[in-house]
Amino acid sequence: MAQPSSCAQSSNGVADESPNMLVYRKMEDIIARMQDEKNGIPIRTVKSFLSKIPSVFSGSDIVQWMQKNLNIEDQVEALHLGTLMAAHGYFFPISDHVLTLKEDGTFYRFQTPYFWPSNCWEPENTDYAVYLCKRTMQNKARLELADLCAESLARLQRAFARKWEFIFMQAEAQAKVDKKRDKIERKILDSQERAFWDVHRPVPGCVNTTEADIKKSSRMKQPHKTRKSVYGLQNDIRSHSPTHTVTPEVKEPTEDELHDQIQHCQEQLDRHRLKMSKVAESLLSFAEQYLEYDPFFTTPEPSNPWISDDVTSWELEACKEAGQQRVKRWAFCFDEVMKDPVGREQFLKFLESEFSSENLRFWLAVQELKKRPIREVPTRVQEIWEEFLAPGAPSAINVDSRSYDKTTQNIKDPGRYAFQDAQEHIYKLMKSDSYSRFIRSSAYQELLQAKKKVQPQNRPRHTHASLC
Amino acid sequence: MCDQTFLAITFGPCDNCSQNKPLMNIYLKNEPINYCSLCVELMACQGLAKGETTNTLKAESESLKAKLEEERAKLHDVELHQVAEKIDALGQFVMKTRRTLKGHGNKVLCMDWCRDKRRIVSSSQDGKVIVWDAYTTNKEHAVTMPCTWVMACAYAPSGCAVACGGLDNKCSVYPLSLDKNENLAAKKKSVAMHTNYLSSCSFTNSDMQILTSSGDGTCALWDVESGQLLQSFHGHSADVLSLDLAPSETGNTFVSGGCDKKANVWDMRSGQNVQSFETHESDINNVKYYPSGDAFATGSDDATCRLYDLRADREVAIYSKDSIIFGASSVDFSLSGRLLFAGYNDYTINVWDVLKGTRVAILFGHENRVSTVRVSPDGTAFCSGSWDNTLRVSAYLRSSGESELRNILYNTV
Repeated sequence: MAQPSSCAQSSNGVADESPNMLVYRKMEDIIARMQDEKNGIPIRTVKSFLSKIPSVFSGSDIVQWMQKNLNIEDQVEALHLGTLMAAHGYFFPISDHVLTLKEDGTFYRFQTPYFWPSNCWEPENTDYAVYLCKRTMQNKARLELADLCAESLARLQRAFARKWEFIFMQAEAQAKVDKKRDKIERKILDSQERAFWDVHRPVPGCVNTTEADIKKSSRMKQPHKTRKSVYGLQNDIRSHSPTHTVTPEVKEPTEDELHDQIQHCQEQLDRHRLKMSKVAESLLSFAEQYLEYDPFFTTPEPSNPWISDDVTSWELEACKEAGQQRVKRWAFCFDEVMKDPVGREQFLKFLESEFSSENLRFWLAVQELKKRPIREVPTRVQEIWEEFLAPGAPSAINVDSRSYDKTTQNIKDPGRYAFQDAQEHIYKLMKSDSYSRFIRSSAYQELLQAKKKVQPQNRPRHTHASLC
Repeated sequence: MCDQTFLAITFGPCDNCSQNKPLMNIYLKNEPINYCSLCVELMACQGLAKGETTNTLKAESESLKAKLEEERAKLHDVELHQVAEKIDALGQFVMKTRRTLKGHGNKVLCMDWCRDKRRIVSSSQDGKVIVWDAYTTNKEHAVTMPCTWVMACAYAPSGCAVACGGLDNKCSVYPLSLDKNENLAAKKKSVAMHTNYLSSCSFTNSDMQILTSSGDGTCALWDVESGQLLQSFHGHSADVLSLDLAPSETGNTFVSGGCDKKANVWDMRSGQNVQSFETHESDINNVKYYPSGDAFATGSDDATCRLYDLRADREVAIYSKDSIIFGASSVDFSLSGRLLFAGYNDYTINVWDVLKGTRVAILFGHENRVSTVRVSPDGTAFCSGSWDNTLRVSAYLRSSGESELRNILYNTV
């Protein structure tokens, strides 16, 4: 059997990756720039009382670099992004388990690429136990386990009681190897190892940045890539043979799917498109027209309930009388009248005066039909047919012959869309004919000129004016 | 003495043509089969022909797609933000969080507003679905789902029921009872059945139909009362993560977005995919119609939000910044469509000027990923749900310096 490819290529040539990898790559690009010799953050060794602190830079160094090199105007934003990068473990404060970025003289260090999250680490608790055990063997006061670590160690000792000898041996072996290292190198590696565990076993209260969206996790579980052991313990899946890799998630399209794609493209080619300039004008004018109805631009009357803790505007909206602002909207387009229950009511009244209300009643009946449970549909279809379309119907509507014929066919096997053609025809009729007369009608104009709603008297700090 | 080589040949009925012939013992997919040499050759040729057909089809599809892009590009005479230069720039918006809803024990994954403009339903990884009066912050109803990770929830138009689902692959409807003591779970109705997780659900204009999208790559329309499948929508080649219904009264379409980086527009009656857009570089997490119904916005893991216009049949704007590197999980428009609210995996909410393409506000406050952002039905506020277990309702706080004609008359805050 052929070896499955490790990742599929998308049309722009970039390998398909899980969404997490996309973000890791972007952060790693930033890190690479930060570590650049010429334009990066200056890394230095700081002399402290009895020793040297190798390979550090300060929090404010980071923030300044980010503002300068990443186009970030706002300091708060730079701090936020920096904190996220620290939380993912790309750099870390050398004397704190909590991975945040502070804009001051606190010292930070870069994480070694071995420990980067893009390596798909999923370290086991056995590894964590080895790590904590190893720490107890390094008997220097300042490396004493913090309370939390000691607690974790105790818990793991209970959990791995039977394996403990093995864990202890591993820890001893690791500690031996570490002792042989150069002092400075040890300092750096120790801090990096600790930062790694701060990411994968975060302090309670800190965000665990390794948590994934479960919807995407099926694509992120790449067993051939996941690394479960930091110290090369036996459970590491990486030791498995590469021929047992899981097939990639992206499936090759089938012949049928390709035929569908081709057909779809061919249909799309014939589509009528508008010029961008026209479309842009339309978007602009829509936004402008509705700006006065958008509470983010125009304060609702009398106030935004969320800001003022006063629900009057909601109460006003719920009552049957429509204020001037609401009535004005009906003139924007036919859909606005039809969307507003009060608008529909007024339009119906107007049509009654013109003796053409059966059109609107038919349209409303069909809308209602589509909202019913499927069980009720056949009966309702029959009722609508009898009322509006059958020969001798009491509220006969006028539809073109084509729609009429189609509808006659449809009601033989009644479905929710039995009257679709007739409904569309009637809608167009109302829109092009009755609607424009409605807007020009005296009834509508009167509503438009109606007095503005007057404030109730007992509201303090309010003056009210009535506009005629 | 020379070596003699013996070749053992089996002779018998071929598994394929049943004729008695010398057989070749071969393995197909680890199964031993016995074909005669003629059948083996035929099989090999068919395999070859099949490969060739797929390749030619692929090539045809690719060239058609390229031609489609050419056609679309022909009408691209100007950029949206260029035309928008003639309108005033928006100042910085100061948004204030006015309510914080605490009560979920784990990540909030989804929320939806009730049409009464103040109630909301939210669902969480802890398996709970809670109905709140966000205005008073009271919890009014709570349901515990049999499985955790409730990824989708929706409020019924009447306000009398909620729908929810997730890893259980189902969408269930719970009628909301006025009796606080009543056990909501008892009245539960299982409506939708998918073969993978439910990513999103929405009632149509009625309590009687639900539209769902799923990790199984399909969307579906269901009759709530009977649980019957009314229409299914096939066309995505990976998980569908989000859908949104067109806002028009006569509308019969909806848009969906998924892990195949595509946004598809569907006709609800025929089940056909009527328009398709593929410009994102990673999963589309959320789709939302522009209030006029002529366009829609998407939020994606590639850290950008984009605006697609249906009449121009192309992408017309990208909302991105160098400093935004985490994916956008959720998007929604203000009532006029001038503002786009987007929640990101970097715990922030960015507010964009839709027409000019610039950012007008950034909200910090959540302590983990923002998973959902929805503007209230009357546009007075927006609610954000997060992996920090909370929901926040925020609104625009007009600074005291500004004044408007109406404010002078009514002296409002």
